[in-house]
Amino acid sequence: MSGLLAAMLEATGPTLFHYVLVPLIKIAIVLFAGVLPLIMYLVLAERKVLGFMQARVGPNRVGLWGLLQPIADVMKLLVKEDVVPRRAVRWAFVLGPCLVVAPAFVIFSVIPFGPPAATEGGISWFVTDINVALLMVLALATLPVYGIILGGWGSNSKFSLLGGLRSAAQMISYEVPQGFALVGPLLLAGTMSLVGIVEAQRDLGMWFIVPQFVAFFVFLVAGVAESNRNPFDLPEAESELVAGFHTEYTGIRFALFFLGEYANMIVVSSVAVTLFLGGWLRPFPSVEALSFLDLSFLPAGLGGVVWFSLKLFVFLFVYIWFRGTFPRYRFDQLMALGWKWMIPLALVNLFLTGLVKVWV
Amino acid sequence: MILAFRSYALPILPAICSRVLGYLPILVFCVVAVLFLAGTLLAARLLRHAGSGATDREPYECGNEPESFAHDHRFSIRYYLLAVLFVIFDVETVFLFPWAVMFDQLALFGFIEMMVFLTILVVGYVYVWNRGALSWA
Repeated sequence: MSGLLAAMLEATGPTLFHYVLVPLIKIAIVLFAGVLPLIMYLVLAERKVLGFMQARVGPNRVGLWGLLQPIADVMKLLVKEDVVPRRAVRWAFVLGPCLVVAPAFVIFSVIPFGPPAATEGGISWFVTDINVALLMVLALATLPVYGIILGGWGSNSKFSLLGGLRSAAQMISYEVPQGFALVGPLLLAGTMSLVGIVEAQRDLGMWFIVPQFVAFFVFLVAGVAESNRNPFDLPEAESELVAGFHTEYTGIRFALFFLGEYANMIVVSSVAVTLFLGGWLRPFPSVEALSFLDLSFLPAGLGGVVWFSLKLFVFLFVYIWFRGTFPRYRFDQLMALGWKWMIPLALVNLFLTGLVKVWV
Repeated sequence: MILAFRSYALPILPAICSRVLGYLPILVFCVVAVLFLAGTLLAARLLRHAGSGATDREPYECGNEPESFAHDHRFSIRYYLLAVLFVIFDVETVFLFPWAVMFDQLALFGFIEMMVFLTILVVGYVYVWNRGALSWA
């Protein structure tokens, strides 16, 4: 393996090797061995967990415990007929689902799944580390709104249009408190690099959820609303809007919307884990007696990746748990919660954090 | 002249280059994401059922014949108002980010400055709230 890499370095030169070839390998692993399988089995896990919570069995016919169900679902969606409604705006209808999926994927290029290389030439567990990574995440996380509103408007169907508008209104409303909440950890870390933020938590000796629990709460609520999940899944409220913005979508285009929703769940969870739950750090990173939790017997910082994944799974479970537990909000309640509660809460948190930082 | 330029630029250039090059993997990821979408859509195009031709392509309206299309109607002005409010607040967020990163250097002066800025924002926020723009009903 290392011989092959050395030969590639020889053939391409250092720039192309370090900034295109190695990232390309990492991207392939992140996307095809990480995110996509995770999405497929997250859907199955959701159905299984919801079934368990409602005293049902959940999918259990395709493979043992329904383990092959995701593959059957993908096959089904691939061979379904593609229906574009009459008088739809075709370019918007086609572009919509693509704009939801692509940005959600690209965000994973700045998420640190594990620690940077400990030695020269070692493995860094992220695709790239830039000094405005958090800004990049926010910018890309905004783009799916365009996809949803284009898809909803382009369908030229009343349910789609209303669903798309609602969805866009909801997403931009919660983006404001989300942005304000992110300033809290930024104040403590003093950098926008996600690797830098995790390292700041290590240096502080605690995860940012401890001093920034208000920001974490606001981010959690806003994150659930941003990804259009229960109890804030109004854009696709079956009882009033049929299926919301994707009413008219069939087959693979519907699958892309579905993929985008779950990818966004994973994105929000990853960002929350990185900013508030210490990323790849073990619990209580400053307590020396717990250093066996570093899992340092694993090679090349893999222990950090294990911790990151564990926290990510807990977060994703909480998403499913919410869906099994909470009834849906009404639209005016949802707007009031965002604009009248979350924004003041985030601003007060911002003020107090700044005050404490000036004081100390 | 050229020699002088090179001796001046050489220590700085690699630093700038490596910083800009750090964005290159993101571009690579964009390309991969687009290729993934193209591949998926192409696979679906090859595999999918052609359709019997009898499928009703009318937009869904609970099984009734639609009397009008969505684009024949107007939608609530509230969405527009909301978008304007969003732009105002989101610009504030963009100002807050560099301030938070530079907080230690700006210290007390920066803190007071930002609080003055936020106070102006809050005045507008309270005004908008009082005018009922934040209530949906």
